[in-house]
Amino acid sequence: MAHEHDHDHHGHDHGDHHHGHAHRSHPYQPDLEEKPLTHFQVMTEAVADLLIEKGIITADELRAMLEAIDAKSPAAGARMVARAWADASFKARMLEDVNRAATELGIDAGGIPIRAVENTDRVHNVIVCTLCSCYPRLLIGLPPDWYKSRAYRSRTVREPRAVLAEFGTTIPDGVELRVHDSTADLRYMVLPARPAGTDGWDEERLAGLVTRDCMIGVTLPKPAG
Amino acid sequence: MSKERADDKTVLRRHHDMGGLPAGPVDPYGAGAEHDYAPWEKRVDAILRLLADSKRRLITTDELRRGIEELGPGAYDEMSYYERWIASVTNNLIEKGVITVDELGRRMAEVAAAWPAGAETLEGSHSGERKR
Amino acid sequence: MSARFAVGETVKVRAAFPPGHLRTPFFIRGKTGRVTAVLGPYRNPEELAYGRSGEPALPLYRVLFATAELWDDFRGAPQDSTVVDVYENWLERA
Repeated sequence: MAHEHDHDHHGHDHGDHHHGHAHRSHPYQPDLEEKPLTHFQVMTEAVADLLIEKGIITADELRAMLEAIDAKSPAAGARMVARAWADASFKARMLEDVNRAATELGIDAGGIPIRAVENTDRVHNVIVCTLCSCYPRLLIGLPPDWYKSRAYRSRTVREPRAVLAEFGTTIPDGVELRVHDSTADLRYMVLPARPAGTDGWDEERLAGLVTRDCMIGVTLPKPAG
Repeated sequence: MSKERADDKTVLRRHHDMGGLPAGPVDPYGAGAEHDYAPWEKRVDAILRLLADSKRRLITTDELRRGIEELGPGAYDEMSYYERWIASVTNNLIEKGVITVDELGRRMAEVAAAWPAGAETLEGSHSGERKR
Repeated sequence: MSARFAVGETVKVRAAFPPGHLRTPFFIRGKTGRVTAVLGPYRNPEELAYGRSGEPALPLYRVLFATAELWDDFRGAPQDSTVVDVYENWLERA
């Protein structure tokens, strides 16, 4: 998707961006033109400019990467989960190697290894990254702010059931709540359990039950009803 | 944390290593739980991905992380998530000699001056959400 | 890859607290767990963080801890667990 800024809605003239300055290597793509830039927004613009001028990156590469970032969403993960529910041999391959299994669906999950952990009636999995915010971005897109928050990163390893309760999720006492801290080179996603009452559903319908949050493990998939 | 050691001081762990520390509610459906990523934030992400890719290999994920960790504890209170990222990327680029402090400073001043609405100074109030 | 530890083996995380870029979280230092998977090898992030090669690459272990053993005040279920990916240089035989 493009970040073209529509100038028509603003009363002031935008033709003077470049007066008195060296040609900008790429156009401003402002969030809100009537607000002053923050120090770090200024830094971002300047760094991007310099990198393009030095030929380290190109404006086209930057645009393409922005589009690639926008193209990623939980839908890719949901498709994989739905296929795994419908096809036991695919599920086995997904549990073995998510990145390779993704190619079967025409999904590029990137080069960083992603591992799926399966919910069963005995184990419920939850993913966190206490040290930063590791997340399977190249499969399911950017993480929500709460995933990167101090509260989630601090408390999920210490009181996971209380954290899940904030999501409205209660895991039975007899089930093992297994928290995975993504500390190293792998990223993790949960392969949730298939909801009851979905026999005979096609993959598209099944995928509709799979939310981002149930692939993080803080919720269950939507129920069939 | 539990099982407190007699010598368990905060110096033993850096600010980012927060597993198990006391914290407030996650409040995942509350006001600050999610926000649409701003275009400048995605640009930071895109810049990092390009710099780290196989064509350039100019910065690694661990260099980014280490740069963030070295911003100090105040970074988590004063800077948002992608502000920490761009700060780390920039520090790394300077350390590696990809850009110089001088040219960066001059370009930042030009960018700020060219912006119709101006730019905030470091001492001024910051826009945007804190504590992401 | 020659890995020092095998799946099922009990391992202990070294109780060391150096500065620098580490991917072994504070809350598992000195703790004992069980290896559930052997992965890698992966280059050492402690060195990659400074632009060095990170070689030789290290085996990486998925180590499962009983969450109740990590926290004195844990109020979850006794069978709840925490799995952390730990580089070989941080593990020793329990």
